Amino acid sequence: MTRILLTGNAAAAWGARLAAVDYVPAFPITPQTEIIETLAEWIDGGVMDSRLVTLESEHSMLTAAGAAAVTGVRVFTATSSQGLLYGMEMLYNLAGWRAPLVLVNVSRGLSAPITLEPDHNDVLAARDSGFLQIHCATCQEVLDNVLLAYRLAEDSRVRLPVIVNLDGFYLSFTREPVEIPDPVAVADFLPPFADLGQHFRGGQPSSQAVAVLGGGPYSYFRYQVHLAAEQAAAVYADLGRQFERHFGRLYQAVEAYRCDDAELVLVMIGSFATKAKVAVDRLREAGQKVGLVRPLLLRPFPVAELRRLLGQRKGVAVIDQNLSPGRGGILHAELAEALYGLAKGGPLLASFVGGLGGRDIAEEEFLQIVEVLSQAVQRGSAPPPRLLFTADELQQVRRLQDIAHGSREGDDAS
Amino acid sequence: MYRIRLHGRGGQGIKTASRILGTALFRAGFEVQDAPRYGAERRGAPIFAYVRADDKAICERGVIHRPDLVMVADDTLLDLTSANVLEGLSGSTALLINSNRSALHWCQRLQLPGPVTVLDGGAIGARAGRVPAGAVCVGAAARLLGVVSRQALLTAVAEELAGHGAAAVEASRQAVLQAYDQFSSEAGLVQRLQVAATPTAAAPPGWIELANEALPQAAATITAPATSRQVATGLWRTRRPQIDRQRCSRCGLCLNLCPEGCIDLDEDGFPVIDYRYCKGCLLCAAQCPRKAIRICEERAVQTEKPEGGES
Ligand code: SF4
Ligand code: SF4
Repeated sequence: MTRILLTGNAAAAWGARLAAVDYVPAFPITPQTEIIETLAEWIDGGVMDSRLVTLESEHSMLTAAGAAAVTGVRVFTATSSQGLLYGMEMLYNLAGWRAPLVLVNVSRGLSAPITLEPDHNDVLAARDSGFLQIHCATCQEVLDNVLLAYRLAEDSRVRLPVIVNLDGFYLSFTREPVEIPDPVAVADFLPPFADLGQHFRGGQPSSQAVAVLGGGPYSYFRYQVHLAAEQAAAVYADLGRQFERHFGRLYQAVEAYRCDDAELVLVMIGSFATKAKVAVDRLREAGQKVGLVRPLLLRPFPVAELRRLLGQRKGVAVIDQNLSPGRGGILHAELAEALYGLAKGGPLLASFVGGLGGRDIAEEEFLQIVEVLSQAVQRGSAPPPRLLFTADELQQVRRLQDIAHGSREGDDAS
Repeated sequence: MYRIRLHGRGGQGIKTASRILGTALFRAGFEVQDAPRYGAERRGAPIFAYVRADDKAICERGVIHRPDLVMVADDTLLDLTSANVLEGLSGSTALLINSNRSALHWCQRLQLPGPVTVLDGGAIGARAGRVPAGAVCVGAAARLLGVVSRQALLTAVAEELAGHGAAAVEASRQAVLQAYDQFSSEAGLVQRLQVAATPTAAAPPGWIELANEALPQAAATITAPATSRQVATGLWRTRRPQIDRQRCSRCGLCLNLCPEGCIDLDEDGFPVIDYRYCKGCLLCAAQCPRKAIRICEERAVQTEKPEGGES
């Protein structure tokens, strides 16, 4: 067991290495490229026995990944943002093929305008595909959850592809101490790929992805994906406990931080949630009863857990790093639905949208979110949805607009 | 927690410097987080990286706005407003500048509340054999923290430069150590005083309501022509190409190859470089068939005549 400094990208690569994957179809895209570069180096240097192939697009990459998985080998692949969307058609296909592979997505905001920095609209666009989704908050979680994702994907009760998500920049390029599990212990936790009859063999042909017409058969097969995805909640809970026995770190579908007696709770996913912890600590020191709830699993959506953890609170503020135009924050909408119909009406829900395109969320803003929530609880009515956006930022946009439309010269732009 | 920001220009090894410091602090028993800030991955463009180190797991993330130590590997950045080098400096923030000017000079010029130290890293780096400025400065930065041993620092250098070959490691070790030793009397200058916001002291963030605005304003569209003229890429230049008219055959190759399109021909057909935009990539000098393009250090030229720098 070694503990070293690793970026989120390197942690993802370590996950694939320890999982002893057989095949890595690849296509580069910022901020993911470092993952496949690392794997390519290891394979080239002979420390990893695997085949890496660069394809001509993410669509082909995912097709190759799915095809390989259903021929009976362990497959790893990675992408980000536009790449994930370019391969979107195949995400639905791979789920339908019941191809048990792991795809790491390094979150990055979507065009247009183009950006390199993170938010969650890319991975949430894959929400309804049938891929399961695990959202990580630290580099350690990235490595560990790649291993967990293989167990989950390959479990006979599930047999679905899994996305492990990490935030670009804030995790992908950020080094943190990461414990690299002992390969022998990993081999014990994650046995070799079992094809469970999903394989191609000479003289034993099978057809994947056949056509069904009339709706009835289609409904059956699509609903099978749903049932398997739902089943994955219990399987993840079980695997999390097994993982803890092997490696001493417990993973659950939802993390609850300082929630025991919390009256007000923040809800968010991904790496910014650790920033929320800093704010929670600060508010706790000041005597406020505040906590944080962070779903790791987004598909399946841990409804029962969230109802249990949030149902009795006075107020819940959801911070969405995504935006569904014409609706608002996606997590907020999902949570509102999950908490609907509770006996005592459930907590007051407030919606905040922030961190779009890598925009930071300052500690002061977390404190202010709690303040707004606390006032709303006292008033007894939810505040209007709030975009985290300041007067200074608008001024900055105005400067850009003036240059773009020719009404002003730039400063020393560099 | 230690919060450290490292500034420099693309090519000065700032990411490597942050990793050396991160690894050294990790070796010294700290929990560490380090990251470069990508975006301007262009030679000579201002870039920065940051390092956090604490006794317990670090939950803070993102750019450091209230640093305990700011390291500046290139003193020309202090004149560049957009490089934002001095952001968030307080009375307890230590500033380390790589410069051949004195600390007193910078104190008076910048009027800063906190302690300022200067390292003449150029000389050290050159003696050790072209060690990048970032790597030299990090030796001094490590000493200023007062919690990084020589051994931890040397191990970190060896680890982080392992891919660069034994000669590079040795040169960097020498340079880093020299800077480290030179700062022995300043050991522990950096204090872990900077605290993040507290619930009572925090100013509210100043959120505003956005209105639905009309096009073209509301879409990311550029209607004005040639706005790229406003990006003074000349500010990225650390080395400057100069045309030697005695040798130049006026073939025009450099003009066609320049990626910035900043070479023009004068009435006599000689190439003229527009230094407002020349980014110093030196493609022209590498390709000139007559070797008629000389390369000078920008710093040396600018002390003679400040043209081409920021006005
Ligand atoms: S490439 Fe060299 S010789 Fe040709 S025009 Fe440019 S400077 Fe002169
Ligand atoms: S160095 Fe030469 S090629 Fe590069 S931008 Fe300047 S003039 Fe153009």
